[in-house]
Amino acid sequence: MKTKKARLITNLVTYGVLTALFILLTVMIDNKTISRSLKGQLIPICCWIVMAVSLNLVVGISGELSLGHAGFMSLGAFSGIVSSGWLLNGFGMEDPTLRLVLAIVVGGVVAGVMGALIGIPVLRLRGDYLAIVTLAFGEIIKNVMNCVYVAVDGSALRFGFLKNDLPGTLLLNGPMGAVKVKAISTFAAGFVLVIFTLAVVLNLTNSRSGRAIMAARDNRIAAEAMGINITKYKMMAFVTAAVLAGMAGALYGLSMATLVPTKFSFNESINVLVFVVLGGIGNIPGSVISAAALTILPERLRFLQNSRMLAYAVLLILAMLLSNNPLMKSLWKKLIPRRREARSGEGEMRS
Amino acid sequence: MEFLSYLVNGISLGSIYAIIALGYTMVYGIAKMLNFAHGDVIMVGAYIIFCAAQYWNLPPLLSLLLAMLVCTLLGITIEKLAYKPLRQATSLAVLITAIGMSYLLQNTALLIWGANPKVFPSLFDLGTISLFGGRLSVKGETLVTIAANIVIMVGLTLFTSRSRMGKAMRCVSEDRGAAELMGINVNTTISMTFAIGSALAAIAGLLLCSTYPVLQPTTGAMPGIKAFTAAVFGGIGSIPGAMLGGVLLGIIEILGKAYISTELGDAIVFAVLIIVLLVRPTGLLGKAVREKV
Amino acid sequence: MSEEKIRSKTPMVPYPSGAIVPERDLGSIPVLECSHLGIEFGGLKAVDDFNVIMGKTEIAGLIGPNGAGKTTIFNLLTKVYQPTHGTMALEGRDMGSMTTVDVNKAGIARTFQNIRLFGNMSVEENVRIGLHNQIRCGMFSGILRLPKYWKTEKAQHEKAMELLNIFDMADLADHRAGSLPYGAQRRLEIVRALATHPKLLLLDEPAAGMNPKETEELMENILRIRDRFQIAVLLIEHDMNLVMGICEDICVLNFGRIIAKGTPEEIQRNPAVIEAYLGKQKTTEETESKSSSGWKDMHERKTTEEAKA
Repeated sequence: MKTKKARLITNLVTYGVLTALFILLTVMIDNKTISRSLKGQLIPICCWIVMAVSLNLVVGISGELSLGHAGFMSLGAFSGIVSSGWLLNGFGMEDPTLRLVLAIVVGGVVAGVMGALIGIPVLRLRGDYLAIVTLAFGEIIKNVMNCVYVAVDGSALRFGFLKNDLPGTLLLNGPMGAVKVKAISTFAAGFVLVIFTLAVVLNLTNSRSGRAIMAARDNRIAAEAMGINITKYKMMAFVTAAVLAGMAGALYGLSMATLVPTKFSFNESINVLVFVVLGGIGNIPGSVISAAALTILPERLRFLQNSRMLAYAVLLILAMLLSNNPLMKSLWKKLIPRRREARSGEGEMRS
Repeated sequence: MEFLSYLVNGISLGSIYAIIALGYTMVYGIAKMLNFAHGDVIMVGAYIIFCAAQYWNLPPLLSLLLAMLVCTLLGITIEKLAYKPLRQATSLAVLITAIGMSYLLQNTALLIWGANPKVFPSLFDLGTISLFGGRLSVKGETLVTIAANIVIMVGLTLFTSRSRMGKAMRCVSEDRGAAELMGINVNTTISMTFAIGSALAAIAGLLLCSTYPVLQPTTGAMPGIKAFTAAVFGGIGSIPGAMLGGVLLGIIEILGKAYISTELGDAIVFAVLIIVLLVRPTGLLGKAVREKV
Repeated sequence: MSEEKIRSKTPMVPYPSGAIVPERDLGSIPVLECSHLGIEFGGLKAVDDFNVIMGKTEIAGLIGPNGAGKTTIFNLLTKVYQPTHGTMALEGRDMGSMTTVDVNKAGIARTFQNIRLFGNMSVEENVRIGLHNQIRCGMFSGILRLPKYWKTEKAQHEKAMELLNIFDMADLADHRAGSLPYGAQRRLEIVRALATHPKLLLLDEPAAGMNPKETEELMENILRIRDRFQIAVLLIEHDMNLVMGICEDICVLNFGRIIAKGTPEEIQRNPAVIEAYLGKQKTTEETESKSSSGWKDMHERKTTEEAKA
């Protein structure tokens, strides 16, 4: 049984271990003892951790399967790139840190607003129908971003749709995406964002609102009978996750030189979902670990060359088979004292 | 006339979606799982036909039968190895396993056939049929696709309503526990469902690649997603729903691309799906299930 | 707790509108007023012409054979189902446009026949869910851990423990709700419902699965919470000892219709009720002559029926 105290300790350990890792990695970067490939992956790892933790808020804590999380990342990435480019070209703001912070905030806000707009229709649906509509929205976002052109002309921002006839410096070029982005993301910013995300999600979970979100997940009818407005709390989780995904997107977009809209496809949404499920549904520290591990893993498997993704697929299937086998499960239970298991949507797809 | 030609193409594309959607919807109805790897079974089927026709010079019909056989075995094997051990697991665990299976198939295909797109040979040269004094020309493949769809729909409807196995399938999809108590072998029934779905996938692979003759390891992915969308659109679990959803989705896609915007074709399809689900939250022909309080 | 004097039944007197309520509730607006309430499921009248008036602190029972529509009435009262006929009013407020959430906020709380606790949460957290609209703290205070968060968390905890204490469950506060024994889960559902600060408490088979001693305690507790919180209680129950022991007014339902209404004494003598429960064979005199044991039969019959199902 996991009491409040045990939960507090887990959370403190999570923050502590992450801070220690951050310090260690920073020292390694200074000493140049870090491998080049790992160094290049540090910012993406932070982004994917934020993505996984925020998706876990929707899938694990709120119990709704979302298959379009990458869409919010896309919105955050491109709005972050645009705002950074606008500040630089339109207003001559040179300070990269300030620009990065503003871009992340803009990315979060844009994704959050879109999350709210999408959430209104989506959260009326249930189970698989909800999942398919999030998938649809993710695809629509990808498709529409493919047709968006943004340029900065003087200090004005100009938008074009489907056709590029804009004056000034082009920031977004339709299907070509963002080109010649000034990469301003830093590992430190990534670390701060990860800690921020963890604080938001963990604090939310252990508050009145978080309990309402979980009550709505565990038993919809009982929660309503207790006076909990289900839609409001599902919405709260959904929009919070969208904001965080947007922030991760902005950080990600500003760490790359080029970025195409098709990067944030359905496959990316699924990848994040894989992080969440392997880390444990509803298990926030688990999401952090699995997101980091699974981002590094394909790189580590590079020696396998062409069969790299094949090995990844096999590992994924084996992990699911082993972790869900009744025999293995009872073994786990003996080894690890029972913890709060979060089940996602009780009624859906029970097999 | 132009409209009519788009419409025919839409129905043809929709027929392919419908045949794929049948695989999704039947498996969903009976095993209550989203078989994510279904789209990739189509790709495997298409590669088998490609090899049989191109390298081994088998006649088209034999190629198709071979592909159906391979896909059926593949479907049953996937179910036995990956999904059956997870019958008691959460739906998400099964979903992730299915995703893993999809990656596995795609990457195996990548290793065997390489990443370079293969040009799918035209197996049935049926020529073009001219109607209305040459103002409307319809390709033979298009008509074959539509005809295949109709035959499959009639066949499946008869199968599920008349045959012993078909009835057993309906029982299992309604209430697995009760079906088991009535002496229905649930495992056989589920295997059978995967077998039928996968055999249909091979047919869909042939039709898909006859219409869009580019074959690569990711060929099945997008049609797979769209077909799944079609299944939900029509009401997942319902066979007529999958047919209706598939055909409508195909028509919407082709007309949307033709009259609104080519770039936004997919966005239009998904937007229509969202609108339909908002009006009918369980799809066009889906049944709402009321929770007992 | 023991020094608290549990108020016994008061005589039932006619209300201006003709319905009978306990004498002590005469001066106040009735807490619940249903008139011609009904619902049809595809032509089948699950509940038809249900008329009830409940006094402010009345304990009333809803009995009847399985499938009579008792739980459906609870679902109508809490708007889980939308009634197709009739009106309901809570303390004079029309409930027509309310949702399940509004109904709870307006003052009706319920328990469920098939227990619906938040099984993975602790006992204390379950009660906190009940306190959701009583002690409030916004999302941002929660995320930013503002002073308000700490204040409300403390207040929620204290209130939850106070409520758990009524049912002697304070020592179970940290246990997983799903791991509690059946009887304790039923009690926890009542505590959770009480936490929403209701005016009317709906209990759906509160004694199901309890042993006689637990049932005895439950009866005392229902009376105690009625007196302490000055609320009305409407309960569905098959345990006739409980129903006859604490209900001041009983409503008997069969095939969705009220077949009898009255005090426990009147109900026990009503031939229509006896017929509904025991069938037609027995003559009225026979049953009446052993009316007290007849009720025991009825209960046993009920339990065997349940065992069969």
